Amino acid sequence: MYPSRFRYEAPRSLDEAVNLMGTYGDEAKVLAGGQSLIPLIKLRFAAPELLVDINNIPGLGFHQAEPDGTLRIGALCRHNDLERSELLRSRQPTMAAAAPLIADPIVRNRGTLVGSLCHADPQGDWASVMMALGAEIVAVAVNNRRTIPVSQFVTGPFQSALRPGEIAIEARVPPPQGTVSGTYFKLERRVGDFATVGVAVALESNGETVTRAGIALTGVGPFNIQATAAEEALVGKALDSNVIEQAANLAAEAAQPKSDHRGSAEYKRNVVHTFVMRALGRSVAQAA
Amino acid sequence: MDERRITVTVNGERTTVDVEPRLLLAHLLREGLRLTGTHIGCDTTNCGACTVLYDGRPVKSCTMLAVQADGHEITTVEGLGIASELDPMQEGFKEEHGLQCGFCTSGMMLTATALLAENPNPTEEDIRWALSGNLCRCTGYQNIVKAVLWAAKKMRPPAAV
Repeated sequence: MYPSRFRYEAPRSLDEAVNLMGTYGDEAKVLAGGQSLIPLIKLRFAAPELLVDINNIPGLGFHQAEPDGTLRIGALCRHNDLERSELLRSRQPTMAAAAPLIADPIVRNRGTLVGSLCHADPQGDWASVMMALGAEIVAVAVNNRRTIPVSQFVTGPFQSALRPGEIAIEARVPPPQGTVSGTYFKLERRVGDFATVGVAVALESNGETVTRAGIALTGVGPFNIQATAAEEALVGKALDSNVIEQAANLAAEAAQPKSDHRGSAEYKRNVVHTFVMRALGRSVAQAA
Repeated sequence: MDERRITVTVNGERTTVDVEPRLLLAHLLREGLRLTGTHIGCDTTNCGACTVLYDGRPVKSCTMLAVQADGHEITTVEGLGIASELDPMQEGFKEEHGLQCGFCTSGMMLTATALLAENPNPTEEDIRWALSGNLCRCTGYQNIVKAVLWAAKKMRPPAAV
């Protein structure tokens, strides 16, 4: 299969790219890694008039921690860069756990975290991770720049809050206030498959109780689900077995799985419960 | 016709060609340049039969546009060696019977070549992980892993006694 005809531009500056997007509006799509967009246009599920290839724009491939502790991930930071990142390994266990589980190693050479968020696949892993971390997206357009929390960024299956003319240029994770722990678990039938169930857990603690909790679920709803009730059940509490069990129950209740070839709804709900139990149990072990 | 003139270095040779933006890299290689060692195995970016090296890194050429290769270096399986002079990876696949139908083999060898460039002494686990984007329906992967281990050994300088 191959795509229908489109115009193609490969600007060498962000200004140029933003101008192109502004001119073409919703007829244009940004091409970064292309590992979700190109399969879509090959199958002709999407047929943009113009592809704006941002791969030649310098200064977008970074991921770095700011002095205040904010973690910034540029639009061209590949999954692979994050998989190999010492920075993530030492500071961001939820992201570090997720990066190697995205797709497969070859796709990870091209695909980008920001692109994955923009693509808003309901079975995308990064959206759950970034929701659990309370991250936000920076989007620029001609004469406009705004910040959108990831929890408001995914508005539906394959629908993001980006307006025509906007380009998402980076993702930002706010600086942690306490000790960070967390992980990402993904059940998949084989490497490269979408998640049967994915669970992102991101906690901060003051050494005794949980000060911040993020739990988000992949693959068990029309899009990524933030398990708010489970999060609230953890804040201010010490992680004992009752608290953990309660959070796992609430997270399982928050899931809206459908029975399909990956498993029954009951099975998937059970996996959510198991993953939350395990992830929280790990946080306890990490703190000890 | 909205064709672009691009210059790509393929297996060390610079080539200038006019392409439509929608032309996939895999089709440029196979049909434009008649390098049919790169195979197309699926429509869903899963199988990795189309894997080539893009500036030394494995990419799925069916999921890249030819125009994105402008100014870059591509290595296909034809760039590894020739029948009379196999490179160590090809030799390893021969010695360890790392293929049956051969359809996945070019992708396997290129991904493995990139692995060894970065990690000359991989474990079996490292190899299986690195090749997890390349699917094989014939072999069950055992001999593919052995082939890569064979190539790694051939390429490493002998240990000092």
